[in-house]
Amino acid sequence: MRKKIIPYLLVSPYLIYFLVFMAFPVGFSFFLTFTNWNIISPIEYAGLSNYKRLVNDAVFWKSLLNTFIFLIIHIPLQIIVSLFLAELLNQKIRLRGFFRAAFFLPVIVSGVVVTIIWQQLYGFDSGLLNRLLIKIGFSKVGWLTDPNLAMPSIAIMATWKNVGLYIVLFLVGLQTVPPQFYEAAELEGATHMQKFFKITLPIINPTIFMVVVLSTIGGFSLFIEPYVMTGGGPMNSTMSAVLYIYKQGFFYYHMGYAATLGLFFALLILAVVIIQKKFVERD
Amino acid sequence: MKKIFLYIFLSLAAIIFIYPFFWMVTASLASEKEIGSLIFLPSSFTFSSYLQLFDKIPILRAFFNSIVVSFAITLCVLVFGSMVGYALSKLEFKGRNLIFYIVIFTMTLPFQITLIPQYILIVKFKWVDTYAGLIAPYFMNALAIIMFRQYFKSIPQDLIDAARIDGCGELRIIFGILWPNSIPAIVTVGIITFMTSWNEVLWPLIVVRNENLMTLPQLITLFVVGGRAESQLGVKLAAATVLALPIIIAYLFFQKYFIQSMTSSGMKE
Repeated sequence: MRKKIIPYLLVSPYLIYFLVFMAFPVGFSFFLTFTNWNIISPIEYAGLSNYKRLVNDAVFWKSLLNTFIFLIIHIPLQIIVSLFLAELLNQKIRLRGFFRAAFFLPVIVSGVVVTIIWQQLYGFDSGLLNRLLIKIGFSKVGWLTDPNLAMPSIAIMATWKNVGLYIVLFLVGLQTVPPQFYEAAELEGATHMQKFFKITLPIINPTIFMVVVLSTIGGFSLFIEPYVMTGGGPMNSTMSAVLYIYKQGFFYYHMGYAATLGLFFALLILAVVIIQKKFVERD
Repeated sequence: MKKIFLYIFLSLAAIIFIYPFFWMVTASLASEKEIGSLIFLPSSFTFSSYLQLFDKIPILRAFFNSIVVSFAITLCVLVFGSMVGYALSKLEFKGRNLIFYIVIFTMTLPFQITLIPQYILIVKFKWVDTYAGLIAPYFMNALAIIMFRQYFKSIPQDLIDAARIDGCGELRIIFGILWPNSIPAIVTVGIITFMTSWNEVLWPLIVVRNENLMTLPQLITLFVVGGRAESQLGVKLAAATVLALPIIIAYLFFQKYFIQSMTSSGMKE
């Protein structure tokens, strides 16, 4: 008898965690979407009004568009830069460990640190980037103050932060390419480009998809960068969905509406990630 | 010749990744006036940014809070994660597969959906402004379970059977026999868990409003956003340095393990 109970005792921390911090919140979240609640006064039934509000909420749709803009810039940039650097590091060179460690440095520090540093780099008057631009004869750029540029600027910063991780992933991928393939291609007189596109790329395809999926999830959780750097501005151009949910919930205490946004957004993320995974499996 | 270009290019790239941190540290030691024009080293070093920082916000207290919270979360995740991982890999019981599928499923669940109701839960538990509120939602972790399960699978059953014959209980088996044989798994899960909880900002921002209970990244975020830094760049950079330094120092010592951990889990912030 005792023997039978032991496994359940061992998994009980997980069951408690799942019921209390996962299952109940998801169920409760669904219930909350039909209510208005500011935490203090009693919960008030609101029918579908939160959903109606969501459909007409220009700022929320703007935040989704912003996320899309972020991903469109961030993902290709991430793949190109990290794959390129991984290719360079995959050759017989000295100090490979040093370079790898250097590129990895931004990965480990808090997003807050990265954001504080880059806020200065992007500064309009005394920012390092604009000072460099002026030195080589260009005019200043409103990295964070121009509504068309603010989100791309954040996407560039996010790439800088995460490239190190993907370099290492690509390095692992590149090492799975059998060297005989390259030798055979060299005998046939293939160029560097041909080798890369015909041999390397098809073999590391799974890694590329992994990068796409991880960057997508990362992009969907964008919060601290716009929160610290721009507060979502200028003109909501860097308002991310998580930042908007946070504002609705914890600035205005619209718990019901924030839950509705959270539910809708989570379903959207799940759909996108499932589509991406299907795409990988078909490959 | 080609090699030289390769090294020059890689060095330039490395500078792009290291220089901003170097600048952060030197600028935090420069006078406020000089920061705007600083490229390399300041003409003279001063600790005034740090003194002001310590004067303005309870940063030592926040540092202590971060240590408490990160260590507690890491310990819980290691202990409970290995218990569940052991049960799922080495014990036979009804519902084992179901539980495993639930673990996998919860990994795909975006946190955006649980954010609001988890906060309400913490309010109902009266855990707002407590360590419990910061720790409880993170005491367990699906990724840790999966990694422990995977690692324990590779440990021979004979070892466990022998321990049972010697009269070991299941907890003794986990912590006395499996743990010493699973150092790589423990290091991996430990580093990832510690790092993510050390760097977490959103959840503390939500459940803690009392300055004395704030974690380091949270306090610094509010300091920078809330205008108390009074647009003094030096103080902001000093704050960023205080936040980054412990992790960077740990990284310099255990670089290999950091990189292995992060890549074997394929995670990102």
